[in-house]
Amino acid sequence: MASKPRIKVPKSASAGEVITIKTLISHEMESGQRKDKDGNPIPRQIINKFTCTFDEQVVFECDLDPAISANPYFEFNAKVPASGTFKFTWLDDDGSVYEAEAPIEVK
Amino acid sequence: MQLTRRHVLGLTAGAAAFAVAGVQITPAFASAEDAEKLIMDFTGGATAAEGKISLTAPEIAENGNTVPVSVNVDSAMEGDDLVESVIILADGNPNPAVATFHFTEMSGEALATTRMRLAKTQNVIAVAKMKDGSFFMDKKQVKVTIGGCGG
Repeated sequence: MASKPRIKVPKSASAGEVITIKTLISHEMESGQRKDKDGNPIPRQIINKFTCTFDEQVVFECDLDPAISANPYFEFNAKVPASGTFKFTWLDDDGSVYEAEAPIEVK
Repeated sequence: MQLTRRHVLGLTAGAAAFAVAGVQITPAFASAEDAEKLIMDFTGGATAAEGKISLTAPEIAENGNTVPVSVNVDSAMEGDDLVESVIILADGNPNPAVATFHFTEMSGEALATTRMRLAKTQNVIAVAKMKDGSFFMDKKQVKVTIGGCGG
């Protein structure tokens, strides 16, 4: 259902700097409110959780409800104590897990 | 009473009419009370004060399917002055819950932006939960001109 996530993380930062991260993943986010042309409700299928971690420490988490638009977009901040890797995880209602990573270097 | 074809048809029609009426009685949209209830569940009964949190959303949304919304909570994000989570609600949607953000000390700033669906013109509410147990809230009305959750 979902395609390759897109992530924007700066390549480098100074130690302790607060950076902005932007993420976007293609997903229908079927709300469960819509009906098909025969009038049957289309079952809900959304991404229900998004997590961002930096070297195993949680930076930002979001619980999503069906009122989040298709192709969920997030913009949030993160503190960078040292060089490391940001990991992003999206959990789908059907059990699929979509993952992405972005390294950052402290100068 | 003899069960004739006429009786059976009459009964079925009546049952069908009742079923249709029953469906119409259930409200299609959540009321403001449902949103209130979710806020109460989130705060555990405590009242949320004004200030500290600011919710940014457009005054008029031309497309209810993607309405940008962002929250910013004034906090040092260290020690006790830490924002634990922020809940976003839309009191006129079929289901008022929109999203719950969770922050940590690693977040640096309690700031997040996403895009949401709004079924009609309504209030968008954000409530922040601080580590010291206090709550802050902000509310904005967004006018939706077309589109919405229904698709």
